[in-house]
Amino acid sequence: MDFFWAFVIGGLICVVGQLLLDVAKMDAGHVMSTFVVAGCVLDGFDLYDNLISFAGAGATVPITSFGHSLLHGAMEQADKHGFWGIALGMFQLTSAGIAAAILFGFLVAVFFKPKG
Amino acid sequence: MDSKFKKENYNKTAKSYYPKVPLFRNCLKAFLVGGFICLIGELLTKFYMQVFDMSQQEAGTPTVTTLILLSALLTGIGVYDRIAQFAGAGTAVPVTGFANSITSAALEFKSEGYVLGIGGNMFKLAGSVIVFGVTSAYIVGIIRYVFNQLVGG
Repeated sequence: MDFFWAFVIGGLICVVGQLLLDVAKMDAGHVMSTFVVAGCVLDGFDLYDNLISFAGAGATVPITSFGHSLLHGAMEQADKHGFWGIALGMFQLTSAGIAAAILFGFLVAVFFKPKG
Repeated sequence: MDSKFKKENYNKTAKSYYPKVPLFRNCLKAFLVGGFICLIGELLTKFYMQVFDMSQQEAGTPTVTTLILLSALLTGIGVYDRIAQFAGAGTAVPVTGFANSITSAALEFKSEGYVLGIGGNMFKLAGSVIVFGVTSAYIVGIIRYVFNQLVGG
């Protein structure tokens, strides 16, 4: 059942993105930025965690979870270190994804030739 | 002159010349491909939880790293962009789309050199995601921090 809901919720989030592309005539960059802000605001109201416990990877794989993780790391450190914890914890949970994207992006660019 | 060519009617007139998008089919494709990517993510999470005895939160890091590695490799051999043409938002919205935008920008500017080309342009598209994410997280974070202080939570 976990797999079913991951598929359905993840798919539905992508449908919302497709509607923004086709109906609101946004480009992919605007859609991604909007989704990150949306995930952050949803986490501000403690709603995104419910979605993750319900849908698992269906909620953590879409880019909305990037905004959620930014705020989550920031608030975790703010609980420990006060106000400046917001800055300290900002990349706490997201650094793995960004570091991987930089490393693999660089290596692929070095070893592969651009296509098309 | 026909009224539809008047300045005030420009938006309305231009709209009727937009290519018709097959909205339902596009949404179905985005749903299937996007859902499939999340399904792979769920499979990887379950795999890491079982084999390496991790909690669901701990398994998040290797899951995201694996997805990004796959996406970067598929971008390198030119497959990801072909799937993206078919799936639209289905490939752009998952975290693999973030990795794809970094890798494709790095590949595109490779000809300008490793430092100024790859290094300088890698975040050309993905940078906006980080900028808006961090800015909004700062704003929401400060609001929540002040709120917690006032309520005493």
